[in-house]
Parts: sequence; structure tokens; C-alpha cells
Amino acid sequence: MKLNYRPILIKTFELVLLVLSFLIIFGPMTSLFLWSVAQKWYWPHPLPQEITFAYWKQALGIEKSLAIGAVSIVPAFLLSVGIAIVTVIISMALAIPAGYALAKYRIPFGTLVMFLFLMPNAFPQQPIFVNVLQMFTRMGLAGTVPGVILVHILLGLVFGVWITSATFRSIPPSMEEAARSVGATAPKAFFRITLPLAAPGLLASSVFVFITSLDEFTGTFFVGLPFVQTLPLTLYSSSGYNMQFASVIALILLVPSILFMFLIQRVLKAEYVGGMG
Amino acid sequence: MSELRMENLVARYGKVTALDRLNLTIKDGELVTLLGPSGCGKTTTLRSVSGFLKPDEGEIYIGNRNITDIPPEKRGIGLVFQNYALWPHMTVFQNLAFGLELRKVPMEEIKKRVRTVLSVVKLEGYEDRYPRQLSGGQQQRVALARAIILEPDILLLDEPLSNLDALLREQMRFEIAQIHKRLGITTLYVTHDQTEAMVISDRIVIMKDGKVMQDGKPEEIYLRPKNRFVAGFMGTTTFLEGKVQSIQGDTCILQTSEGWELKGIPCGGITPGSKASAAVRPEAVEILYSPVASSKGKGENSFEAEVDSSYFTGEVIDYHFRLGGSFIRVRGDTKRILKPGEKVTVRIDSDRLPIVPAEPL
Repeated sequence: MKLNYRPILIKTFELVLLVLSFLIIFGPMTSLFLWSVAQKWYWPHPLPQEITFAYWKQALGIEKSLAIGAVSIVPAFLLSVGIAIVTVIISMALAIPAGYALAKYRIPFGTLVMFLFLMPNAFPQQPIFVNVLQMFTRMGLAGTVPGVILVHILLGLVFGVWITSATFRSIPPSMEEAARSVGATAPKAFFRITLPLAAPGLLASSVFVFITSLDEFTGTFFVGLPFVQTLPLTLYSSSGYNMQFASVIALILLVPSILFMFLIQRVLKAEYVGGMG
Repeated sequence: MSELRMENLVARYGKVTALDRLNLTIKDGELVTLLGPSGCGKTTTLRSVSGFLKPDEGEIYIGNRNITDIPPEKRGIGLVFQNYALWPHMTVFQNLAFGLELRKVPMEEIKKRVRTVLSVVKLEGYEDRYPRQLSGGQQQRVALARAIILEPDILLLDEPLSNLDALLREQMRFEIAQIHKRLGITTLYVTHDQTEAMVISDRIVIMKDGKVMQDGKPEEIYLRPKNRFVAGFMGTTTFLEGKVQSIQGDTCILQTSEGWELKGIPCGGITPGSKASAAVRPEAVEILYSPVASSKGKGENSFEAEVDSSYFTGEVIDYHFRLGGSFIRVRGDTKRILKPGEKVTVRIDSDRLPIVPAEPL
């Protein structure tokens, strides 16, 4: 019986790809995790020679240490989360009506409007934020939390508007029209029919804005320092000389992102994302 | 009184006039179908009546109520969409109950009416299913149920069967006709399928470029078309051109460009001497499978023809015959299949040959 090599080859190739993607995703995480518990780890040992959870304890404020950069990151964490939540609320309050209008009505220069939202993310960040810093200084917003929130909203709106408009565009107008034909006013049709149907896409949009805000560095660096200390800024300041500490912070930042990605993938149906772009 | 009346409706999309002074009345309890090619204005008419399109000019009345400026939700009109538009996040029950809940109808009453309407569309027991669990035909029936549960004055259906496969479409046609007979709601129906229109309609309105081409009962539209467009749109029609030689009451003689004499029914106000077209349809053409003799001796409307091509379509053989310089479509029995090149005699039934004005070129 002749052995058919082709399927075997394909399966092997698929397996290799799977392993590679696994490594690509989890490799860096593993490395970070090892660093976060390493007391002593010199090359060429493949694994840390001594393990300690001291860095974790310091970061979480359970222990105190005199080592440089070993501060409790809990305040920074809470600030980051707080800023992210406010950013999401305001961004979505803007993005939902904007996305709905862009999807439903033929706004003159509609594509241009959408493009404008993309601008802040499309240009080199430092020049933009140096200018923003100058403006905010004059307005008294430099180094303040509201100033940072404004920057985060600006950067988050692109996800906000693009995803919400794609979501609303994927809902056939006949859904709302059917509701109106049975007696629902336009607002009622929106809240009872359109919004529930759009919910998964809107949730995904919120999550994107949240993550963007949580991980935001450049804008926060220019506008927020020295008073506003978010988690990414703490990561920056400790990464130079305290690798273990930095790894702890990096992991803490990474985990919500990955969790949310899984959440989105569960909740989001292909139809909503398919309408994007 | 639930009479639907449209007066002088005009609708424009930029430079295109979608509705050109449309005047149409649908009597209480009638089912009228708007039939026509894409872009003829039938959907625009429907959307104007349902309230989702504001006509540039004109008025719409239901009975004595002028609804032209009333928003869709207050018009009391049931709407059935081509893509069903069932709300996927709600069960069949919730889809049907939604309109009643908005009117604050008590739950007991709602449950009763849902059960009743589901039995009308033959979907008893389906209350707790979700739309995604239903087939296309079932979804369409729920969509119909949702429209009629509110006992609307007017029912609008926008190509409701277009998304279904041919077999299902044929079945659903009869069901819709029966439901209409049973409930008697004044209905405006839109489709591009003429057989569907003829099966269910009390009256058919043929539209083209925003204008009414003809308005009448299915038999009238088919057998007595008033103009060339309607004659060509209904059935499988090929035209034989000529000039009207004479008209005597219900009979007309057309002299074709080949010099033959065709006897048919005068339609659309043709006058002697004017240019006209004879609308030849396959069912009116009889094939005489005997050897060819002199074409004029076999009786009126008998001609010699040559088989150009033949196609087996199951029920009949679809032929293209060459008649002098023209072609006509003919259908023949499958018992004897003619081959290309064979010569036969055809006789066109003069009672089923409308002669309509030839359109100005």
C-alpha cells in the first residue's frame, strides 16, 4: 500500500506552526515570569539559580525595601485603572453616537471624519505630545490627571469610533425599521433593538479603549510627569536597573490585555469585526 | 374603511425621478401587487407608504386620514421585509409580542394573540425558538405573523419570497393568498416575479420608470396588455411587427413586414394604419407536425416555420422557430422532439394574440 506523504507533511507543518505561535505568545511571558522571581540568574544558566518572591511582595506593597526602584506599585496601578475607566466612559459616550451617525447617515466627508480620528495614532507620537505639553501648560492641564485623561481619550477614540461605526453598520437598517413598523419610536427602536444587537461590538470597543489607556506611555510621559505616575511610567523608570521589578510590572500590565483578548474573542462574533475597514 | 390612496406622488433621487406623479388607490380588502423591473419605483412606492421615505410631492391617505407627514410608527401599517428582519436576540414569542408590549396590552391577551397568529401561519408551538433555529420559510412566516398580529389597516410586503428557493416560493405563494383571503387586510405587495403576482393578486399594477404602465386584474394584464411594455413583460413574448390593416370590433388584422396577415385582438387603442406589434406567446402557438404545404391554405394565422433550436425543459420542449425574418418562442410536447432545420406549420390562436401599439423608436 503506497503511503500518501502529502497529508502527513501538511499536518507536520501545521504542528510546527502551532508550536511556534505558542512560543511566540508565551515565550516572552515565560521569560518575564522567570525574571520576576529571580534572585540570581547569570548566563549561561537556562533557569534562575535562586528564586525569590521578594520582588512581587515589594511591588504589591507587602514588603518594603531600600533597593532603588522597589516601590509599591499599587497606587500607580489604581491610578492607571482609574484613568482607564474614566477614559472608557467618556470615549464611549462620544464614540457611540458618532459611530451610529457615521453608520446610519451619509455624513458629508464621512470617510474624512473617520480618518481624522486616526490622525493622533498615525503620526510620530513625541512631536505631537511635546506640542500638547506646551498647550496644556498654558491651559494649566500639564501634570494633571484630567490632562492625561484627555490625551487617553484622544488616542482611544480611533478604536472607539471605528469599531462602533463598523458594529452599527453591520446591523441591517431593516431591524430598526421593523421595530418602527410595530409602533416603536426611533429612540425606542434604538434602545430596545439596535443597542442590544450592537452590544458585543460596543463591548469590544470599550475593551480596546481600556487597554489602550492602561498601556499608554508616550502621551502620559510628556503630559503627566512628574505628578501623574501611571503603571507604564513606573515600568519605564524601573526597567533600567531593576530587571526583576520591571518584569513584575510588565506581567501585571500584560495579564489584563491577554484576558480581555480572550474575552473579546468569546463574545465577539465574526460579523461585527468583518465590517471594519 | 382601510382604503389606501396615493395622490400625485413624486420622489426624486438627485436627477433620477423614481416616482413620476403616481396615482394609485387600493380598495378596502384588496391585494394589489406592484410589478416591474428593477428601478421601476415599486420599492420607492412601498417605502413612501410605510413612512421611511418622504416623497417630494404628493399625499398619502389611509381612509380619510392623511398620513403623509405622520412618522412610520404611528401609521398603523404592517411591514414584511425581504430579509425577514426578525430580531435575533429575541425568541419568536418576543418578536411577536414586542409591538403589543409597546401598546401596553396585558400579558394574558398577548399570549392569546401570539397563539392565534402562529396558528394562522401554521407555526404552532414555535414560541420559544430563536430565529436562527428556523428555516427561511419559517422565518418569513414569523415575519408575516409579526406584521398581522397588530391587526394593521394596511399590510405592506416587500418581495417577501425573493430570498426563498424556487420550490418554497411556489408553496408560500398559495399560503399568502390563503391568509389574505382569510384575514382580508388591505395589502400592497411588491415583487418582480410575475407568476407570483398573478397567483395572489386581486389587481396588478405594472410600473416602469416611476409610472403606471397598466393597472388591472391579472387576466386583463396578461391577455389584454395596453402597451408594448406590458405585453413584453408578461409571459414569454416575442413580437411580430407590422401595420394595422383593419379593425372590426374585437378583431384586428395586422399586416406584418413580410406581407403576412395576422389576426388578433386589438389592444391599447390602436387605429387602422398605425404601426403595431403582435405579442406572440408560446402557449398560443400550435405546432402542426404535418409536412409543410402552402402556408396560407391551412386556415388563419397559419405559417410555415423552421426549427432553429430546441431545449428540453422537463415539462415541455422550448423551441426557437424562424418565421420568415423573425423568431418566435414556441413550446412543444415532449412526445415528439423536433430537430433544428425541420420545417413545420404553426398556427397562432387569434384569441390569444394581443396586438399593441408599436413603441415610437
